[in-house]
Amino acid sequence: MTIELTINGKSHKVEADAATPLLYVLRNDLALNGAKFGCGLGQCGACTVLVDGKATLSCITPISLAEGRQVTTVEGLGTAEAPGPVQAAFIELQAAQCGYCIPGMMMSAQGLLQSNPAPTETEIRNALQTNLCRCGTHMRILAAIRRASELMQASLGPVANKRAG
Amino acid sequence: MALRAICIVAVIGFAGFLAFAWRSEIPPEQPNARPAFDPALVAKGAQLAAVGNCIACHTVPGKAAFAGGLALPTPFGTIYSTNITPDAETGLGLWSEAAFQRAMRQGVDREGRHLYPAFPYDHYTRVTTEDSRALYAFIMSRDPVKATAPANELPFPFNVRLILAGWKLLFLREGELPRDASKSEAWNRGAYLTEGLGHCGACHTPRNSLGAMDAKRPFAGGEAEGWQAYAINAESPAPVPWSKDSLAQYLRHGWHPNHGVARGPMAEVTGNLGLLPDADIDAIATYVADIMGTPSPQRQQEAQKRIEDASRRQPHVASAALTQGAAGAGTARSGAAIYASACATCHDSGRPQPFGGLSFRLSSAVNAPNPQNIVNVTLFGLPPADGEAAPVMPSFAGVLSDRDMVALLNHLRAQFTDKPAWTGLEDLVRRTRTGEHKVAVRPADGIERAPANVGAEERR
Ligand code: FES
Ligand code: FES
Repeated sequence: MTIELTINGKSHKVEADAATPLLYVLRNDLALNGAKFGCGLGQCGACTVLVDGKATLSCITPISLAEGRQVTTVEGLGTAEAPGPVQAAFIELQAAQCGYCIPGMMMSAQGLLQSNPAPTETEIRNALQTNLCRCGTHMRILAAIRRASELMQASLGPVANKRAG
Repeated sequence: MALRAICIVAVIGFAGFLAFAWRSEIPPEQPNARPAFDPALVAKGAQLAAVGNCIACHTVPGKAAFAGGLALPTPFGTIYSTNITPDAETGLGLWSEAAFQRAMRQGVDREGRHLYPAFPYDHYTRVTTEDSRALYAFIMSRDPVKATAPANELPFPFNVRLILAGWKLLFLREGELPRDASKSEAWNRGAYLTEGLGHCGACHTPRNSLGAMDAKRPFAGGEAEGWQAYAINAESPAPVPWSKDSLAQYLRHGWHPNHGVARGPMAEVTGNLGLLPDADIDAIATYVADIMGTPSPQRQQEAQKRIEDASRRQPHVASAALTQGAAGAGTARSGAAIYASACATCHDSGRPQPFGGLSFRLSSAVNAPNPQNIVNVTLFGLPPADGEAAPVMPSFAGVLSDRDMVALLNHLRAQFTDKPAWTGLEDLVRRTRTGEHKVAVRPADGIERAPANVGAEERR
């Protein structure tokens, strides 16, 4: 059947079974290879994307449930030339070893920071509880998220001020 | 004349009630006057405190152990657990053993005030004097913590503690249970632990309108912290009947291949029971298995078939569901399609417990008359335990709308049980999601309020 998905603000028509995991469609049909296949069982977080702004495991989310919702993948956070605040922070702090978990980490972080731009250490750790990293990059990842929080607040600041003004 | 007589009777009656309800203060005992406790007694008390699961109610997750302050919602209002660390000002520091014994037996604090039965003294009254002494030794040798619980939020008349004397008159039968000489040693020990300190019935027995256990329906299922505590008598909804051995394994390890993992408040119970010697776990299992009774041969046969079905990996299920989902049910968001993609990879994979998803053919949650538990787990998942391997399930609240949830739940019920469809799902899902119905969400292991835990900071 044909399902219409909105991914990173762009609409895509996909020919696939309703029960196909969103991750498969992202990678195989749309060549959005940022989200990774780690376990396929909802246990590792490598496939995390945002659905309506909430961190979601795309390997266990059927495309039928993503219909009519806003899906954001790591490709939607920025470009190589103009990285978004989360991407910029991960680059600045060199928070990757093999990098396999990083798109998922970034998306969980993005989901957190969108709803809570100044999270506490505990809130960061709780939000990333379901993201595993096999390389032990955790300390840098945490540092990058704290940095991303600063960058986001800086970019939010003027907007907020403008609104206030 | 008649009026005067009525008044006199009423006054005498009230005075009589006051005299009956009155409890005297037990004089304070200065902590430095208290001799040190025998370490063996303290160790015994630690085990008993694990049976009593004291830490679960008397600790706010992440805060100091036993320092109280946890909100306990009841149909009558919110009660806050008290600080039971030996702090003289805010805890039990001034309590003599006599005061502690009286609290366990009669539900009265040192000053003589009646305690609310949220403190399950209708069970603790069964605890022997020796065991209460060991508990006292354990509690009084914790680190004192200065912490005052918030005031209870109870409307009139429930805020008048005197009425509790009336409640006790109706529902409290003081003292130990007689031994049943016709039963084994293990059975009697199990009865003692289950009915007394374990207070299993506090959650697993339904309550009447006055908040007391329904004496006519022991272990017929109740409620705890937003979760259903299943019936653990002959009405148990488990598709595979429990046996003494499966109960013992479940209580010891928090999971069983035919029943899945303990979650919600039960995760804390199994976490704490880890401290117990095998003999005590076996005793509880012996007693509870006896309450459940021997299943009929027909039920046994059905169970055997379910176990076989569940152990087979069912790749065809997913593909069959796909087609049904797309065409059969006429909607892409049918329960079958959601199941195939979101659930089957874990729950129909044949991967063993506790890390694989339980086949719904074996699930008490899907077989139970009330769907609350399956709603809780689907919406909120099983969060990972901090710093240790534990069963994990992702939360689906983000992607499943209320309508999707209903479709999925109806599918599970129809596909995996022979029970009638649930009613009122939409409302239940909405109330659970919004928090109108409060649910305590905990990891299925490494629980926050177990003695060896990471959250409650108890120095030993
Ligand atoms: S690939 Fe989705 S959680 Fe591991
Ligand atoms: S950087 Fe290699 S898995 Fe995280």
